[in-house]
Amino acid sequence: MSHVGEGGILLGLVLAVYGTAVAAVGARTARPALVDSARRCAYVLFAVALLVNAAMLVALLRNDFSVRYVAENSSVGTPAFYKVLALWAADDGSLLLWNLVLAGYVAAVALRFRRERPATFPYALSVLLGVQVFYLLVVSGPARPFATLAVVPPDGRGPSPLLQNHPLMAVHPPFLYLGFIGFTVPFAFGAAALLVGRAGVAWSAITRRWTLAVWCFLTVGLLLGALWSYSVLGWGGYWAWDPVENVALLPWLVATAFLHSSMLEQRRGIGRLWNVVLVISAFALMTFGTFLTRGNVLTSVHAFTESAVGPAYLLFLTVVLLGGFGLVAWRLPQLRADARLDSALSREGAFIGNNVLLLSATAIILLGTVLPMVVEATTGDQMTVGGPYFRNALAPVFLLLLLLVGTAPRLGWRSTDRARAMRRLRTPALSAALVMAGTAAAGLRQLEAVAGFGLAALVATANAQEIASGLAAGRRGGRAGVWTTLRRGRRHYAALTVHVGLAILAAGITASANLAHQSEVTLKAGQTTSFDGYRLRYEGIRTQSQPQRVVLTASVAVTKPGGAPGRPLRPRLNLYPAASEPIGSPSIQRGAVWDLYSSVVALQENGASATFRFYRNPGVNWLWLGGAVMVLGGLAAAWPGRPARQHPPRGADRQQERALAEGRSLAEVGSP
Amino acid sequence: MTRAGRLRAGLLGVVVVGVLAVAAFLSSALTRPPTVAASPLVGRQAPNFRLAGLNGPPVKLSDLRGQVVVVNFWASWCAECRVEQPALDATWERFRNAGVVVVGVDFQDQSDDARQYLAELGSSYPVVRDADSSTALAYGLRGVPETFVVDPGGRVVDRVIGPVDAAALARRIGTVQAEAAR
Repeated sequence: MSHVGEGGILLGLVLAVYGTAVAAVGARTARPALVDSARRCAYVLFAVALLVNAAMLVALLRNDFSVRYVAENSSVGTPAFYKVLALWAADDGSLLLWNLVLAGYVAAVALRFRRERPATFPYALSVLLGVQVFYLLVVSGPARPFATLAVVPPDGRGPSPLLQNHPLMAVHPPFLYLGFIGFTVPFAFGAAALLVGRAGVAWSAITRRWTLAVWCFLTVGLLLGALWSYSVLGWGGYWAWDPVENVALLPWLVATAFLHSSMLEQRRGIGRLWNVVLVISAFALMTFGTFLTRGNVLTSVHAFTESAVGPAYLLFLTVVLLGGFGLVAWRLPQLRADARLDSALSREGAFIGNNVLLLSATAIILLGTVLPMVVEATTGDQMTVGGPYFRNALAPVFLLLLLLVGTAPRLGWRSTDRARAMRRLRTPALSAALVMAGTAAAGLRQLEAVAGFGLAALVATANAQEIASGLAAGRRGGRAGVWTTLRRGRRHYAALTVHVGLAILAAGITASANLAHQSEVTLKAGQTTSFDGYRLRYEGIRTQSQPQRVVLTASVAVTKPGGAPGRPLRPRLNLYPAASEPIGSPSIQRGAVWDLYSSVVALQENGASATFRFYRNPGVNWLWLGGAVMVLGGLAAAWPGRPARQHPPRGADRQQERALAEGRSLAEVGSP
Repeated sequence: MTRAGRLRAGLLGVVVVGVLAVAAFLSSALTRPPTVAASPLVGRQAPNFRLAGLNGPPVKLSDLRGQVVVVNFWASWCAECRVEQPALDATWERFRNAGVVVVGVDFQDQSDDARQYLAELGSSYPVVRDADSSTALAYGLRGVPETFVVDPGGRVVDRVIGPVDAAALARRIGTVQAEAAR
């Protein structure tokens, strides 16, 4: 299998290099035949990437331990499900999936623009294939997933225990990859727009739906990561401000900023250059994240021996930054903003505020993530930046952001008359005030939490009211009228739905970050403790031997605050042969508001006594609910189909181009 | 040069200098050997152990005081252990008469498999069996292979995660011995 795999990678590399070159030449010399050749190349490349992944899958399923990756990440006793997962459970293998996803995106772009050919397409195709060249080079040199072992071991080591402890691991990485790698598409079109100059103005409208889809994937990936952390790791939380988590959040924040500011460009012609800077930044941050997590920079549980991977990622990051921002600097004199902001109290003003806040959050997180590296490089001391820094620095930024999301949808485009704005904001402000007064009266003293709940109410009310008023207007036309309203304004209502989801998410984060209780206690078998009104009795452990692990289940009888018996808690410790330390599985009773969460920290004398951690976490389920609503809204906006465009009207792109050629300001054509 | 041309050249210069500075900084993060991991044990007394031998007499760590001890955790089911085996054998052959002991600690393993592995690869340094994993726990083992270097005073000086490299190990032994001689 290793020959098939390595041969496929080599073939893919040849195809990608050829495609990059012909697409670029075709673009420069305006020869569509060459661009078509590059397009077909993208299809074949996708097939080759499928073949390479299939080769690794076959090697894993057939226990081919001559392949080093299989020997290190699978074993005879590994269940088939986890053998399939092993494809992306470790660095080298996951790069194969990475290449497949990238090839999939490239093929999808080639398919989407087979007839319609925006001026940016040939260059974008060249950039996309160029990125693929890099990732194929990584798997053919610095990291070799198909490297073989001279001595074939009789059995493999098996997957990392933490990864085979929960099926969520099956879906979390693929979604993150779909999100991360997807940024290559807007990046490629943004870079292409800089390369072609004036003809490329429409690039952000072209890639808007792609960016939305990518944003959805990344949101799902982040949420699944948080859910995995909460359901598997047993520390009672869902986000630890760990560098690996942080670098996944950074491109999400920048992409969110881009989704908003690209609306400004499409509607008002403001910030064209700014948007290119945002997509380049999102892609560069994604590459930086890859460098940080895969390039042996962070000391990890399983550091890899191939030290060439780190320099390869660094080189690529340098090329992306130099190429991207170099192009921006090159084009800057030609791409000055042509439109002016009419009023700060307008939708535009709010969008600019949104960008400032989201990028501040990005900067704060980037600083906290990179600072330990800077300190270690300069002083040699090791330091960590922990949760308190991120919480204290980010809370005001996110609260202000909620304030914006709770007001902007009620403001009009261009200037808004102050009295009208105040009138439209009356109900949301009232609901926020009521919630703040209510939570304060209920004894909540943390200012941050009171503000968080109040602003979440503001966001929910303002956005729900905006949806309701649109629907009410449509209802005058009967049921068909409501449907038409929804269909026509699909993106608008989808965006408002995302905001409602954000309100639920924000309430969940506020509740769980401020109101959780926890306790650590050691109990002898038969002993009872009280925690937050509950009575918890440790009843002893049960041992089960499974093929790949030994499971120790602690049984805890639960008596609810009223005295009624509750369902017992059964936190577990799993012993895997390849791990020295047992890996816990928490037992969680999820509720509409409160979760009762328990994990075993340690067992003494074969379970005669046990140390537990108990948590009462409020609002964690709102997080998943709010996240799901956000993703549904995002999907509704990204879904293919032609929603009736409100404005700019049909042909606006062409109008914009003509206007630019004539040197007129975009504000003159872009606004109604 | 026109005004736009000067602006363009200036901006390009700023971008190039900025990006190269970032790249230079990030490359400094790469120079740290990635496999040498932080451990609270480094600088402290190595946890003592007395374990039954797999291919010879039992080994007690405190009896080896005065020598540099390379404690290598491994298992027969571990593929990367096979990769590093020649490096450990070479270190043992080179330094066995120069105040260095390599001790293999077999982790979570069947003794028969382990003996077969040793016979197959022809290792000759002492190997012991950590039957109840208590030594692995004391060392905070995260997985195998993992190697600790203990100085003649019995303190842990290095923790290496993943396969060791013979040249790097020899250099480290050299510096530890030089420091001990001072």
